[in-house]
Amino acid sequence: MNKIFLIIQREYLTKVRKKSFIIMTILGPILMASIFVLPAYLATRHDDKQVVSVLDETGLFFAKFENNDNYTFVPVITNLQQAKDTLMKKGDYMLLFIPATQLNIPDNAVIYSDKQPTFNLRDYISGVMSRELEKLKLGAEIRKEILKNTPGYLPGNDTATEDLMSETILKNIQTNVKIITIKTEEGGVERKSNTPVSMGIGLVASMMIYMFIFMFGAQVMRGVIEEKTSRIIEVIISSVRPFQLMMGKIIGVALVGLTQFLLWIAFTFLIITVSQAAFQKENKKTTQIEQPKSIGQDGVLSNEAVQVVPKQVTPEADGDSFNGIFDDFPYDILVKVLVAFFFYFLFGYLLYAALFAAIGSAVDNDADTQQFMLPVTVPLILSIVVAQTVIQNPGSPLAFWMSMIPFTSPVIMMVRISMDTAPMWQIVLSIGLLVLGFLGTTWLASKIYRTGILMYGKKSNYRELWKWIRYKG
Amino acid sequence: MILIANSVTKKFGEFTALNKVSIEVPDNCIFGLLGPNGAGKTTLIRIINQITGPDEGEVLFDGKRLHPENIPMIGYLPEERGLYKKMKVGEQALYLAQLKGLSHHEAKLRLKKWFEKFEIQGWWDKKVEELSKGMQQKIQFVVTVVHEPKLLIFDEPFSGFDPINVNLLRDEILELRKKGSTIIFSTHNMASVEELCDNIALINKAEKILDGSVKDIKRKYFTNSYQLQYRDIDGTPYQLNEPGFEILSSVYDEGVCTATYRLPASKGPNDLLEVMLPKVSVIAFNEVIPSMNDIFISTVNAVNANHILES
Repeated sequence: MNKIFLIIQREYLTKVRKKSFIIMTILGPILMASIFVLPAYLATRHDDKQVVSVLDETGLFFAKFENNDNYTFVPVITNLQQAKDTLMKKGDYMLLFIPATQLNIPDNAVIYSDKQPTFNLRDYISGVMSRELEKLKLGAEIRKEILKNTPGYLPGNDTATEDLMSETILKNIQTNVKIITIKTEEGGVERKSNTPVSMGIGLVASMMIYMFIFMFGAQVMRGVIEEKTSRIIEVIISSVRPFQLMMGKIIGVALVGLTQFLLWIAFTFLIITVSQAAFQKENKKTTQIEQPKSIGQDGVLSNEAVQVVPKQVTPEADGDSFNGIFDDFPYDILVKVLVAFFFYFLFGYLLYAALFAAIGSAVDNDADTQQFMLPVTVPLILSIVVAQTVIQNPGSPLAFWMSMIPFTSPVIMMVRISMDTAPMWQIVLSIGLLVLGFLGTTWLASKIYRTGILMYGKKSNYRELWKWIRYKG
Repeated sequence: MILIANSVTKKFGEFTALNKVSIEVPDNCIFGLLGPNGAGKTTLIRIINQITGPDEGEVLFDGKRLHPENIPMIGYLPEERGLYKKMKVGEQALYLAQLKGLSHHEAKLRLKKWFEKFEIQGWWDKKVEELSKGMQQKIQFVVTVVHEPKLLIFDEPFSGFDPINVNLLRDEILELRKKGSTIIFSTHNMASVEELCDNIALINKAEKILDGSVKDIKRKYFTNSYQLQYRDIDGTPYQLNEPGFEILSSVYDEGVCTATYRLPASKGPNDLLEVMLPKVSVIAFNEVIPSMNDIFISTVNAVNANHILES
């Protein structure tokens, strides 16, 4: 065990110190960040003015929406079905529906549209609505307190108001308005709009698994070839078992990959946060001026209160427009996706890395790897191709079988889990099969490996490999 | 006996690499493992190093069956050897020494000592690819012996060294034996076998065809032949005509004749001289001792000829 640790350590340290690792670590996040930030940024710049039809059954909010360069708010007075029908015929529409609720405190709104509303618009709508609701609740709370405590209360008494602004009240009035977006497609099919989000998450996750397997699997292979061509292999395997060397290399490279991955996430997050902060400043200009004014209109509140409220509310109301992506995405699925991602990421890599190590051991140089690479890469490429159709139809038999087969499950199951279309038993089965697959390929690979690393000069073929597998230790 | 192989057989599919090979390596000797290319030497060495296992037979180390615990007691310098090219010399030597079971601290201490001995301290922080091949071989030698194993296996240790370094290495090998190590030495260089080896085993086509101490083998292959150099008396080589005495060769050059005679078992060198002394003036006289080279070639050829006859 001590020896395998030495091997892992050497593998890890030499790889992490490489220039290519450092360059990739810096470049990766810039690329990833640009994938996230650019569309979000572009989404805030709309060329055309979008007309937002507002069907406000409560009658509380419409007046508060102000037209700006990007949006014009138009009232609609009819029922929901009619509004949808008329607008859909017209095309290029966006309908904001604020339903009346029995308690008269609506906390959600629905946007019907034939396209994805921008985060900016959703932010704005939820911001306006939460502020309005908070104002209402605050008024109600204050009235409640006044009636309870000071029957002789006169408006304008500063000390009394200050007392009332207790923590409990602030907590009570905090409101987070949920905006559900429903995309209506041609023919009137409605689809909850968090589908694109889960699609996106599924695709990004499976793409990353695919890339990780390829990048770091190839690193394992090159490492084995390096040891073989530099002829250090025989020196090492006179000290450790070939299996220890192979596993040490695979684990070492996996740790390098995880390190890089964590650094990527950290850097990407940093870049996104910084750039988000920069581009949020622009948005805040409008909202912040608005807030004191709108609350001040109420007249009941003193200056101190005005200062307190925005401070508490702003971060919630404004939110983070990046987080907006996940607003509709259920938290429990997100956790499931993350756990599954880590698992499929790791075991998918382990399964393939053993095969890559076996290929490396069977050849004398990089050029000879081609013939053996094909059967290893085909299932990987196939799964990333099929992933596109699985997204459209995550319940199909093809999706099921490919999420069970260990060679394709890391990519396909990831898509299905993000779209929440895989029942628990299927996930458990797929995980079990993947672990079995990993044990199987590692066993097979170690047999090829231990013979292959000592073979020079002869060009090996599949018959040769089959013979090696059957050799006794 | 530090190492005993008991009728070891190893097959790769249809191909038999070793067929019931038995060898015995006594303590504290230099043991030559000889044989033509592809005879099975490397396979036997790999079995001793536990890189592969035998299909049949067993290998005993210090009287006990070979066990992974023996790995730190064996040092192996393979014929095909190399180092990680991009890694620094010191770091790499430390890594390899630790793989043999030394602690980081101990490994560093011993390596520093060896580097001083070879006057190569300046290489510690250099990358291996910056060194010449001969320099790399030196590092490799140090790495092989640094954990002070009981048994050392050198496969063609002198290849790639210049004559000065060959001497340095030979002295180190002799020094290691003096300190109590046993050395298995695989080579095609028969001159170094004569010079260094106490015992040998000769392997040909997966089978051991000869083994024993060098002295015994030479005695066994001694053919009772003598070489005599003399000046002629009348301008022609003397024609020996004695029953049972056989002239193997005779070269005449500017008045000096060099001839080799084989005597019947009953006769000795004095008998030959008795015949010759009255007739010629003797310049030099000596036994013809078979060289390891001759023994190697004649034994291997004889066995191969038999194989051809059988098939």
